[in-house]
Amino acid sequence: MNTDQKVISVRNLTKKFGAFTANDSLSFDVYKGEIFGFLGANGAGKTTAMKILCGLSYPTSGEIMVAGLDVYKQREELKKNIGYMSQKFSLYEDLTVFENIRFYAGIYGMSSKEIKAKSDDLLQKLGLVHARNKRIGELPLGWKQKLAFSVAIFHNPEIVFLDEPTGGVDPVTRRQFWDLIYEASRNGITIFVTTHYMDEAEYCNRISIMVDGRIDALDTPERLKKQFEAKDMDEVFLKLARKSNYQE
Amino acid sequence: MDSKISIKDLSKSYGDVQALKGINLDIESGELFGLIGPDGAGKTSLFRLLATLLLPDSGSATLCGFDMVKEYKPIRNILGYMPGRFSLYQDLSVLENLNFFATVFDTRIEDNMEMIRDIWLQIEPFKHRLAGKLSGGMKQKLALCCALIHQPKILLLDEPTTGVDVVSRSEFWQMLKSLKAKGVTIIVATPYMDEANLCERVALMQDGEILSLNTPAGIISDFGRDLYAIQGKDIYQLLLDLRTYPHANSVFPFGQSIHYTDKRDAISPSELKDYLISKGQYDIEISKITAGIEDCFMALSQQNKVQA
Repeated sequence: MNTDQKVISVRNLTKKFGAFTANDSLSFDVYKGEIFGFLGANGAGKTTAMKILCGLSYPTSGEIMVAGLDVYKQREELKKNIGYMSQKFSLYEDLTVFENIRFYAGIYGMSSKEIKAKSDDLLQKLGLVHARNKRIGELPLGWKQKLAFSVAIFHNPEIVFLDEPTGGVDPVTRRQFWDLIYEASRNGITIFVTTHYMDEAEYCNRISIMVDGRIDALDTPERLKKQFEAKDMDEVFLKLARKSNYQE
Repeated sequence: MDSKISIKDLSKSYGDVQALKGINLDIESGELFGLIGPDGAGKTSLFRLLATLLLPDSGSATLCGFDMVKEYKPIRNILGYMPGRFSLYQDLSVLENLNFFATVFDTRIEDNMEMIRDIWLQIEPFKHRLAGKLSGGMKQKLALCCALIHQPKILLLDEPTTGVDVVSRSEFWQMLKSLKAKGVTIIVATPYMDEANLCERVALMQDGEILSLNTPAGIISDFGRDLYAIQGKDIYQLLLDLRTYPHANSVFPFGQSIHYTDKRDAISPSELKDYLISKGQYDIEISKITAGIEDCFMALSQQNKVQA
């Protein structure tokens, strides 16, 4: 985290579905270039909060600014300033590498000329020049994920949301993926990431842990381990999540 | 009755893709054995062969002494298989699913309650809910009950903990321990390297091959190099600087530190520190550490790639 410029500012975010409170008065800030880990057990309310931050769902109440934009009134503008990638949904398997880049970049309003020049640079950097016209379905999983991340930040968004990005990849490729994240962070892109890999959480500058719709802990991995007298993030997480009242 | 598994030179290809390249593996009765590897390692192919759902291209395997190809019928009665994708009937209730699987094996839930009681008690409150409406952790418990309802001697679990949160994962491993105590031979596949330590023995797999076969402690003691954890203020810059150090053998980020091995047999940490300081790093801490399974996996897979 290089600056104190807030890129996400959340005050008392609450989201209710009928009688069920999915997000219970969340408050936190994320700073420019920060790698922010957003953790929680299945059902803790992560996806609900992430949808609101991406402008895909309205909160019930609260003041929420993302990339300087209001999530109630400036949703379309907001979507142009963020990138999104998840393991479940990222690239189109039956389009080629270049077709995917052109499709996503086109959605974000980039010109053909700009897309052409920038995609050549990107394929060079990823060592995928030879695969330019290959269908995504033919690529190994690790390549797909690196490409999916690069496509998600192709339009140079202020923030990129990564929803469990690296499941199932081999440990060497996972680290190459984190290299790309570090590099993006250094270039000023804010990274907002959810993951089930607790060891992966330790790559983040700061981590929040949600339990039953609330944020129960928020700090650097180092300080969380100290606070909970835990040897690793797994243990921190277990200590917090076991307090959960969540019943199916 | 013995419930060993013996696998000899087992190979399987799909078109040009060699999913399994001559696997040899013996698993003892009552062992809790782990197949550890990323997607594409061949774990699922191996399971589908053992579960008599696929035929091998070459090689053979026996389960409880039965030949996988010629005697597939008795194998199906002694085997419990939990596939990677949730494979229960989403539009049947929890109880209906369990009843269905019991009936397929010509048995009744009541006759086998002893086997599944600990797990069943956790999902019983939701027994009338549709399986499709359960949370991830609950689905996984139901699938385990269904795989156990005919009291198998051998249990194959394909990535039961993938995508499941840490709490449910830790509960799941507790259940496996108590099943092991009942004498069931268990093979569990997982991409989570840290779960290797919960198995008695593991095979580290990648690209259809076994990289190493040993106890978790044995794999770690085979690491064979001095491993250092290096910390600094700017992890990404530290990573780049270490990679350009001429003596660097391997440089991998591990959360808040970087794991480093050197090409030379013995190194002086202070020399490395001086190098990093000359690159503008500060607040450097270098400490010698014991390798984990993930360190071993990465070292073995790099070696394997060089040889290939």
